[in-house]
Amino acid sequence: MTTATKKTLVVLGAGTAGTMVANKLRHRLPKTDWTITVVDKTDIHDYQPGYLFIPFGMNTPEQIRKTKHAFIGDGVDLVLAEIDKVDPVAKSVALTDGRTLSYDYLVIASGTGPRPDQTPGMLGDEWHKSVGEFYTYDGAVALRDQMRAFKGGRLVVHITELPFKCPVAPLEFTFLADDYLRDRGLRDKTEIVFVTPLDGAFTKPVASKELGHILKERNVTVETDFMVESIDQERKVLISYDEREVPFDQLVTIPLNMGAEFVARSGLGDDLNYVPVDKHTMRSTEFPEVFALGDASNIPTSKAGSVAHFSVEIFVENFMELIAGKPMTHSFDGHANCFVESGGGKALLLDFNYDTQPLTGTFPLSKIGPMTLLKESRANHLGKLAFRHIYWNMLLPGRPLGLPPAMSMSGKIPADA
Amino acid sequence: MPTTTIAGTQVEVNEEGFLSNPADWTQELGAEFARLINVEMTDEHWKLVTFLREDYKAMGETPTLRRVSTQLGLPVKQLFTMFPGKPAKKMSYVAGVPKPKGCV
Repeated sequence: MTTATKKTLVVLGAGTAGTMVANKLRHRLPKTDWTITVVDKTDIHDYQPGYLFIPFGMNTPEQIRKTKHAFIGDGVDLVLAEIDKVDPVAKSVALTDGRTLSYDYLVIASGTGPRPDQTPGMLGDEWHKSVGEFYTYDGAVALRDQMRAFKGGRLVVHITELPFKCPVAPLEFTFLADDYLRDRGLRDKTEIVFVTPLDGAFTKPVASKELGHILKERNVTVETDFMVESIDQERKVLISYDEREVPFDQLVTIPLNMGAEFVARSGLGDDLNYVPVDKHTMRSTEFPEVFALGDASNIPTSKAGSVAHFSVEIFVENFMELIAGKPMTHSFDGHANCFVESGGGKALLLDFNYDTQPLTGTFPLSKIGPMTLLKESRANHLGKLAFRHIYWNMLLPGRPLGLPPAMSMSGKIPADA
Repeated sequence: MPTTTIAGTQVEVNEEGFLSNPADWTQELGAEFARLINVEMTDEHWKLVTFLREDYKAMGETPTLRRVSTQLGLPVKQLFTMFPGKPAKKMSYVAGVPKPKGCV
């Protein structure tokens, strides 16, 4: 009996994309022929969209935190270790504990994370106090305490630089804060300021107009074209490169987001440590055995869970073709689907891709919906709340959601209508 | 696409006045674009413009401020001094390349 050499797929990162791709491929690849190994530095798996809700007491920390191993299916090896670097020529991954993993194919799914160290004055005594953030578990919990103690003044929600994961989160925070303060009778003692490097509330025209409108309705001041140079924690001001200053009593900042440091150490990343890939196949532009999925890649669409989901589905089909010696025929269209909590038990839904900006209409079915696009509705809010359960029970285990990965124009109203 | 006359040449521009086809650019056009937005061009400015055009060609997209800063070893602050207010937009305009895209 001859034994063919087993092949190895190594996945770096067991977050949303990493877990989904490992589980989906484990269902498709015979265990006798393929080893699938996932590497992560921690066994903690947080439902990151929950970080937005923790500061307002809408989620408890316990509701959004589980273990990684609980979601890694049988037959997938989970290695809990830190990655030193990838050698794409030797096709191996060196771990900091001295172990080496060889691969036939590599998926980099190490995500993106906040880097407050990159903005002078962001870290310091006031970090996680008057300089708050909700892009980490600890930050969200600390911000919850800050919000509870807040008695009025200037609440400044700030974006450092694009891109960052979950582009709608700063707006959601602003809308929820407006609600929260209103409920506590503090809204008229508070000035809410939204500070962004963009020239509007959002990036694309139709959405920017709709969302800008909601900000105005809620009496939020918007400071645009603001590129932060530093934060003066003593004077409590944001200072821009062109010497403008925005004072704050409570700052909620989205720090610069960067990909994992090992990507830089491996010489595989751009200026922000994202892996350059083909935007339709997610294959490295340099090394054909290397793919990047989820936030770790440089694909020109949102860094969002929905993008990870849709792109993983495309990748899985392509991978099955690739290993059978066939050309990859599936193409990712940059599809993203984002709920935007707008407070008061309502939410908006954005649906877009590489070619089409967010448009109004209904989703997923024309006229029936039940979700409405770019408009506040209770159905959308319920959709967002339900999603946490879908995430743990269907998405991560790799079960199909019944939503095709490509964006559909069905039910959409064009921008110029 | 609308056309307009800049420095005596008819060129195609987009709705923001940016050059539609980067290949249509000449140094004369660049100088005129700079004049239109009150930017005084020095050798340093032209070095930046050259880099922008070369990088756009090599990478298929206009470099971000961050990339310009790291590749040329110029602090971002200096870019703000050279092209006050909206350096990314102004530099691209003068260099005849598209605005760097801010992804959704």
